[in-house]
Amino acid sequence: MTIAPPPTTGAIDCDIHPSVPSIEALLPYMADHWRDTIVQRGVHNLETIAYPKNAPLTARPDWRPAKGLPAADVVTIQAQALDPFATSIAICNCLYGVQLLMSEDIAAAFANAVNQWMAAEFLDRDPRLRASIVIPTQNTEMAVAEIERWADDKRFVSVLMLVMDENPLGRRLYWPIYAAAARHGLPICVHAGSAYKHPVTSVGWPSYYTEDYAAQSPAFHNMVSSFICEGVFAKYPDLTVVLAESGFTWLPAHLWRLTKFWRGLRAEIPWVDRPPTEIARDHFRLTLQPVDAPPTVSDFERLMEHMGSDEMLLFSTDYPHHQFDGNAVLPEGLSPTLARKIMVDNPKNTYPRLQ
Amino acid sequence: MNIQVADRSTSASKGKVKQAIADCDIHPSPKSLEIEIYPYLSKRWRSYLESYGFIYRQGFPNGPAFPKGQPDAARRDAYPPNGGRPGSDLEFMREQHLDPNNVQLGILNPLKSGQGLQNSDFAEAYCRAVNEWQIAEWTSKESRLKASLMVPFEDAKASVAEIDHWAGNPHFVQVLLLSRTIEPLGQRRYWPIYEAACRANLPVAVHAFGYGGTPVTGGGWPSFYIEEMVGHAENTQSLLTSMVIEGVFERFPTLKVILVEAGFAWLPALKWRLDKLWHRMRDEIPHVTRPPSELIQEHVWLTTQPMEEPEPREHLLDTIEWIGWDKLLFATDYPHWDFDDPARALPLKLSKERRENFFLGNALDLYGLR
Repeated sequence: MTIAPPPTTGAIDCDIHPSVPSIEALLPYMADHWRDTIVQRGVHNLETIAYPKNAPLTARPDWRPAKGLPAADVVTIQAQALDPFATSIAICNCLYGVQLLMSEDIAAAFANAVNQWMAAEFLDRDPRLRASIVIPTQNTEMAVAEIERWADDKRFVSVLMLVMDENPLGRRLYWPIYAAAARHGLPICVHAGSAYKHPVTSVGWPSYYTEDYAAQSPAFHNMVSSFICEGVFAKYPDLTVVLAESGFTWLPAHLWRLTKFWRGLRAEIPWVDRPPTEIARDHFRLTLQPVDAPPTVSDFERLMEHMGSDEMLLFSTDYPHHQFDGNAVLPEGLSPTLARKIMVDNPKNTYPRLQ
Repeated sequence: MNIQVADRSTSASKGKVKQAIADCDIHPSPKSLEIEIYPYLSKRWRSYLESYGFIYRQGFPNGPAFPKGQPDAARRDAYPPNGGRPGSDLEFMREQHLDPNNVQLGILNPLKSGQGLQNSDFAEAYCRAVNEWQIAEWTSKESRLKASLMVPFEDAKASVAEIDHWAGNPHFVQVLLLSRTIEPLGQRRYWPIYEAACRANLPVAVHAFGYGGTPVTGGGWPSFYIEEMVGHAENTQSLLTSMVIEGVFERFPTLKVILVEAGFAWLPALKWRLDKLWHRMRDEIPHVTRPPSELIQEHVWLTTQPMEEPEPREHLLDTIEWIGWDKLLFATDYPHWDFDDPARALPLKLSKERRENFFLGNALDLYGLR
């Protein structure tokens, strides 16, 4: 009996999440001082409230190990995220609480350790894997230094930031990061998550985790506004920003609104010299999962028309988060041509290092 | 949205009867505090105001954190010829807006009303004064205008007292809150307000803006006014999410919520996201027993301004269909600079019935004024 290859064969998965299994796993990649600090002060593993360990969204039931965290080693990732989808490449975005730390020194030490751990435990062990560089956004100079440290390693294909940092991501204090990324052909991957330096909503802290996850979406809207209004793309015309685990069905309405206000208020931001809708289509890309889809295929097709571009979506499973069951990762209503673009062509055009 | 100063009073309607409209967001201002508000404040609060001014949860007492696009956020042509702030002269409002735009129903939403002040006692006294003022200077003089019941919403007990005080008074058609609250509006500290509003048979309107003190994004303070303005939609999504997920609509099954001046095109995607999340996260929120989209459909209305303007414009028809043609309430935001002109705001082919409901009928039904 032959088994048909999965419909995602050869796809490039732009968002998977290896877990740091324990803080001990990072110790070999730290200088003595930090190793001593972590042991002597009893620093906990930097899991965050963004993905509570046993919440239904955090890992699919069939992707949960009997013990420990999901997606914590390369063999598991091969068996669950790579082989079943027959993906050609998968980009690891390690969500670990580096950005939450208050001290920029310890954040820099953790960022570097995570990147070393990623290279040694994953990139060295499977040629299909790529990764985003984790940076200590607490200090721009240190963040740039971390990018420079890995820039020659072509298996690092983008730079990771969280959608909710201490400041809106378009602000100028972050620009040296964007300069370094553009210089090295690295898109910025803005992933769902928060440094939790502020409440996740503009009206304070919510009561339920469900609201925290829902709040990621408005935060992405805010950051699209920030990148565009601050003029990041006027300054760095070659920069691409990938919005990961952002959802995408909100994008058209947000751009309609931003563009309407731009018409009335462009004197405030004269460097934004064309409609935000156009700027977004040139510079933003969005990963596929989660698909917050309308109820019918015909609604979905209309929404895809509102997107106004077939080049913006990038295939992703968001493994091990529970966004879909089985291998139903592609939403109904995608034409074969569009599915192919999302799975292969768009990722290749987005990440210079995948060409 | 525009700031043009051309005379628009007659331009779009020569020779035909204009569609009558309900304008669900008009901003009145007092001519001066001394003349119009002081009479309703006690000596203690007049003296307090003289000494300390308005202390909100922001740093500037005399202006917004983000300078507006226009002085007072006003249309340049909205300054009354006899002086005073835009929106402070009833006769001029009739002449410039109510008559030429055939406004059959206008809902007043005062913005500098005491809401968001740090001092709760002062907020309470000031809201009462603004409520008295709306009746004395506006709704008792112009029957097309209806008032919003201002409550000091960070203090639920005082808010309930204010609602109970005015319950049954026909001048008031809704309770008004601002969107930038200290905590998300679904949280329990605000529930007594919803209970009192239901008891008084009044919808609760939430107008974009305010002084909650929290950064306007979950990632900190942006640089520009345009980001704050656009961000009102995100802010409103967060408060609506809170109301749904905290179970407000299940707890208060007759509650009607109106989201004012936050646009509307974002709602379909929010409903899809919340429905998907609800299916996944039911173990955490068992008190939410129905899909969020159903709860929103039943309990939530939105005013239209500032109306999104996709290209091609027809995409908006899909969006409105996803929201429901009966859920939108037309609004201009007079006298503010981002005024939506009823003659130009919805340049789409619609059936007569649909157009009438969009511009007027939905509001008359919701407010029980048909």
